Amino acid sequence: MKSAIKFLLAASLFLGLSLAQEVTITYWQYDFAARVDAMSQLIEQFEAENPGIKVVQETFPYDNYQEQVAASLPAGTGPDVVQFFYGWLPTWERSGYIQALPEQYFDTATLDAEFVPMVQAAKLNGAYYGLPTAVRSLALFYNADKLAEAGYDNPPATWDEFLEIAKALTVKRGPRFEQIGYGIAPTGQDHHLLREILTRQFGTAPYSDDGTEVLYDNEAGLEAFKFYTSWVTEHEIGVPEFVPGNSGYRDGYSTQQNIAMIIDGSFAIGGIRNNAEFNWGVAEIPTLDNGVKANFGSFWMNGLSPNAFEDEATLEASAKFLEFVTRPEAMKLWLDVVGEVPARLSLIDDPELASDPVFGPFITSLGYAVATKFVDESAQRDVIVNAINRVVLEGADPAASWSQAAEEDQALLDQYAQ
Amino acid sequence: MQQSLDKSKAGASRISLATREAIWAYIFLAIPLIFFLFLRIWPAIQSFYLSLFSWHVDPAKREFQGLGYYLEMLREPRLHRALLNTLLYTVIIVPAQLALGLGIAMLLNTITRLRSLFRAIYFAPYVTPAAAVAWVWGWMYSVNFGIINTFLIDWSIFWEDRGITWLTIDPQPFLTSPKQALFAVAVVVIWQNLGFQVIIFLAGLQGIPRMYYEAARIDGASSWALFRNITLPLLNPVFVFSLVISTIASLQLFDQVVNINFTDQGGPLNSTLTIALYMYQEAFSRFRLGYAAAVTVLLFSLILIVTLIQLKLTSRRVDY
Repeated sequence: MKSAIKFLLAASLFLGLSLAQEVTITYWQYDFAARVDAMSQLIEQFEAENPGIKVVQETFPYDNYQEQVAASLPAGTGPDVVQFFYGWLPTWERSGYIQALPEQYFDTATLDAEFVPMVQAAKLNGAYYGLPTAVRSLALFYNADKLAEAGYDNPPATWDEFLEIAKALTVKRGPRFEQIGYGIAPTGQDHHLLREILTRQFGTAPYSDDGTEVLYDNEAGLEAFKFYTSWVTEHEIGVPEFVPGNSGYRDGYSTQQNIAMIIDGSFAIGGIRNNAEFNWGVAEIPTLDNGVKANFGSFWMNGLSPNAFEDEATLEASAKFLEFVTRPEAMKLWLDVVGEVPARLSLIDDPELASDPVFGPFITSLGYAVATKFVDESAQRDVIVNAINRVVLEGADPAASWSQAAEEDQALLDQYAQ
Repeated sequence: MQQSLDKSKAGASRISLATREAIWAYIFLAIPLIFFLFLRIWPAIQSFYLSLFSWHVDPAKREFQGLGYYLEMLREPRLHRALLNTLLYTVIIVPAQLALGLGIAMLLNTITRLRSLFRAIYFAPYVTPAAAVAWVWGWMYSVNFGIINTFLIDWSIFWEDRGITWLTIDPQPFLTSPKQALFAVAVVVIWQNLGFQVIIFLAGLQGIPRMYYEAARIDGASSWALFRNITLPLLNPVFVFSLVISTIASLQLFDQVVNINFTDQGGPLNSTLTIALYMYQEAFSRFRLGYAAAVTVLLFSLILIVTLIQLKLTSRRVDY
């Protein structure tokens, strides 16, 4: 009897202690099956390695993800570790939704050396505000069957070849298009293509290095803009909203097979792999005759919300978790499960990965891809989309439309700098 | 002990049964009232307060802006566009809904067979999710695949073959045209909310006693005279209700606009943008919740003023 009581005492003491030591942290990301699955596996591994920490993953539909974050943190609930698009960092930081990674857990110089260059966009005023598990870049997806039918064995390497192939694959009957050569998508990835890729290929950086000044309002920038809009107005290789819907250009390419080529991110690989019932291929973004290569890089990063800083135990657990999900092993798992390419330099040097027919073009472009330093991603997106629409939908003068975009964009940069 | 019990009984009976019932009624009514105050009125007051400060998670770090955001609203061209669009939506949607709603209700009122089937058909769009409605209409409006343009092309070929070219109509850009998109969205809203108006008007029509019509007919009144002098005046309370409800709904238009052009919400070129959508984007895409709160105050004032004017102009009591 006595020993039983002793046992109960000891057991309850032990349980009580272990309960006291247990820290629970909350992780948020948007709802996307492969990403949730990958993160669940990482959480399982993390909890096995750190018995005192429990991680709860919560997800929300992409369309109201920011709304959930905006409402929950001021109410004192919500995530400790939160995933967000790097372009949201300035607006999130300004309203206190995200805080700089504490130096005691994350050494800036080490991160600078170990992550691919575009991850610099995860910094504000020299401090990191989060880290990505994976990064993305853009590439040209083509329907190899359609290209072969038209007599092209290889994807286009230059924009001249691109236009030639796209014209050959555009089918118009009466006033309507039945098939288009290129899936025009200003609101998809095309605003990045124009802002970050074509401008550089035509000879101008889009913004000053410190990101405070719009530089594309010059001859080279205008040439880039005219070149892109001429795909619709002059060459007629595509029309906006050809296939209606959220990502119509991708649906038209992968499921309806009435779009021969699209420019899309590595995040599209999974969906295309599942849906496309034809021979498809990926190629690096074409170049002009000058051969200048450019690409737009982007990433979702994991950062720490003010909740993580509430007490030392939570902060330590959150920092440990963030470090865990950005380790090389986590990135490999993410590549396998989600299909997004790793964010660490040591992993993209892998020759096997670089020669992969699908990942190869994305990996190769990581070396020179730039993540635009947005101050207000959604407003800056609208600026470029509207500039394109003024020309292709309303027939406005490209020079005037482009200057207006530069002016509006500069106003946003100035507003942020205030 | 016994005495005190008796005393309290006597005290209780001093409150009359009617008063006691009224007290209970007030208690029960207070529950939704508290709910309403807490979930509607209090947040409205809070949003006015928020509109005076820049937004930050930590209340201590919110900076006082005074009326800064209200002044900003004066210079914001996108807001002015949203305001103009919203008024345009309202003047298109409200009259169309009331006229069509009343017309269809009167037709339904005259038939007796299959009335509930027709009523269900007209009501179905109202209970269909806005996202599904927008998706289907998005495809119908599609320039290259949509059924509307297919019809226009076939129609034009038909008349062209017969040499009557003036009847031909070119395919239309609909949602991809900054000039047509607002009207295209308005049609969807009218179609979707029509069923609600039909049901309200039908109930109103059925509340008008038959004997008024019969008496007037005996006196030799024409159908127009019956409509003009009996139906319309007696339908006035229903009419006012419908007018106010559909105006408020139009001023708050959000769902259909968001869903029908998902990649460029409010586009193309802000041509379908509404105040409610503008407010949502400022709050949750740009995290400018203080400014967005100022926009809600504007929207609230707009709805209040418009509703008061409507009530003042349209409600009058009619008795026969």
